[in-house]
Amino acid sequence: MTSKTSPMRDWIFFVVFAIAVLTMPIWLAPVGAGYPDLLQKFMIYGLFATGFNLLFGLTGYLSFGHAAFLGVGSYSAVWTFKLLGMNPVPAAFVAVVTSGIFALLIGYVSLRRSGIYFSILTLAFAQMSYNLAYSVLTPITNGETGLRVLRSDPRLFDSSNAVDGPLIANLFGIEMTGYAGFYFCAIVLLIAFFIAQRIFRSPFGIMLRAVKTNQNRMNYTGLNPRPYTLAAFVISGMYAGLAGALLCITDPLAGAERMQWTASGEVVLMTILGGAGTLLGPIFGAALIKYFENIFSAFNDQTLHEIFGFLPDFLEVPVVAVTSLFVGEGWHLTLGVLFMLIVIFLPGGLMEGFSRIGRLFKRSSGKSDSSGAAAPAE
Amino acid sequence: MEILKVSGVNKAFGGLKALNNVNLAVEEGMVHAIIGPNGAGKSTLLNCFVGRLIPDTGSVMFGDTSLIGLKAHKINQAGVSRVFQTPEIFSDLTLLENVMIPTMAKRDGEFALHAFKRLDRDAEILDKSMHMLEDVGLAEKKDMIAASLSRGDKRRLELAMCLVQDPKLLLLDEPTAGMSRADTNNTIDLLKRIGDRGITKVVIEHDMHVVFSLADKVSVLAQGTVICEGKPQEIKGDPRVQEAYLGGAHL
Repeated sequence: MTSKTSPMRDWIFFVVFAIAVLTMPIWLAPVGAGYPDLLQKFMIYGLFATGFNLLFGLTGYLSFGHAAFLGVGSYSAVWTFKLLGMNPVPAAFVAVVTSGIFALLIGYVSLRRSGIYFSILTLAFAQMSYNLAYSVLTPITNGETGLRVLRSDPRLFDSSNAVDGPLIANLFGIEMTGYAGFYFCAIVLLIAFFIAQRIFRSPFGIMLRAVKTNQNRMNYTGLNPRPYTLAAFVISGMYAGLAGALLCITDPLAGAERMQWTASGEVVLMTILGGAGTLLGPIFGAALIKYFENIFSAFNDQTLHEIFGFLPDFLEVPVVAVTSLFVGEGWHLTLGVLFMLIVIFLPGGLMEGFSRIGRLFKRSSGKSDSSGAAAPAE
Repeated sequence: MEILKVSGVNKAFGGLKALNNVNLAVEEGMVHAIIGPNGAGKSTLLNCFVGRLIPDTGSVMFGDTSLIGLKAHKINQAGVSRVFQTPEIFSDLTLLENVMIPTMAKRDGEFALHAFKRLDRDAEILDKSMHMLEDVGLAEKKDMIAASLSRGDKRRLELAMCLVQDPKLLLLDEPTAGMSRADTNNTIDLLKRIGDRGITKVVIEHDMHVVFSLADKVSVLAQGTVICEGKPQEIKGDPRVQEAYLGGAHL
């Protein structure tokens, strides 16, 4: 273990990751993903999935209600905008605090059960929050229309410099749209990723993995699993709340549909697709799903005809007819097939695929490295 | 001095009386074996010591603390460790991590939010855990995943996890169950060696070879009651024991 992890290796890993994230607009441009709106989504959902993974990947508790925290974070952020002004920093801070408190309440109740019952409890809480946001809590959430910042709002700290045009979050004059918005999200993601990395390497992190492996032994070792799982749940809820705040920082509008169970399911998909329990996996998973959602769904028959234009007509028509099922509105079909393939053939997600490819390279580049074979796969 | 005192313990499951007025005193520093035929209530009794079962009546005193109604982790923090019939280890983690967890539990208590410390920089925990692994002869395998160990090695690891906490009382539930003769002898040697540390041990065992080579005192349990107590040699010759436990056959 001491040989596999060291502060030095973690720092190198983090720096490489940071460079890769900050240069995304350059190296993602060739695949058509180098535009700020999509890049922002990569960052935000990467953050959401990283937080989800702290709970699911480490402790094995599968929450089906994490979208509730995303929603709570969004509403808190918009309310901070309305009351305090359009600066994103207090909005993010308030969102983290409120979603943390919310997670503490839900977690305290839900963590009394484990396994499928825990999942159902969290799902129930999230659906409850969603329906409340739609109906009873309309004064706070503005129901179906969604909560937005209005010119008539107090905005205590920036109402003096009345701006023209739409209200946009701005960090001391820098508007949080386009690339500025992306870099703000990227920096938040990097900070959150750094914290997650520290948690993975900490005594707390190993206790969470102990929860997943054997709670019985943990009890007989003098450890109380409940506060560990609750702490993981709250931290994970705070990550989700922060992600929700970022959604509003880049676009100051919060709607109840953000809390729906499909959104909770999506983050589960992202984490499993990328590789639960790994640091990078959830971020890969989030990026892949958002890429499919935005790029594949934009394909239509026209683009397909252009792509397959080289084929003779009698082939082109059926080929386009078949492939059009998988793009445009049908992008979910592609995602579903991909998800099935990964779960069946790579239960460890994309990260397992990468490490298998890595091992193939190691093996073919000479068998001198025999010490690596002794270390078991993680 | 008595470290564990069980008096008047009764436990019934529905109509079945599993424990019937059990009285037992374990002297400090002793190896106390509890033997008995299948269904005599040995495991039920052990479960009453660790908070898994609550007796219907009676008391279980560990020093001055009553163990009845305490949660399992509190009992462990008080100084009682337990080895299970099937080794209970953290099978997805490495051997070193397996031993580090109880070491930290001993130092930091039942919950500590050390989310920013680095585990691999904690020299105190690392040293203590490595020493323990050396003591049980698993030091070379420290980076292996625990699930890949043999049955005998899993038992050693579990023992290491208990011993690293320096318990006052160690409960062993059939520590050699399902082991080969060689593994059994290794485990006996290991248990004898840890006798030097002065840890009181309560052993539940089927294997007479293990009982007679380890125990200072033996209690025989039959149909939920202690029918006989004494030194291993005395127990061997007692006709009541042979009747109840061995069905009259000569030992």
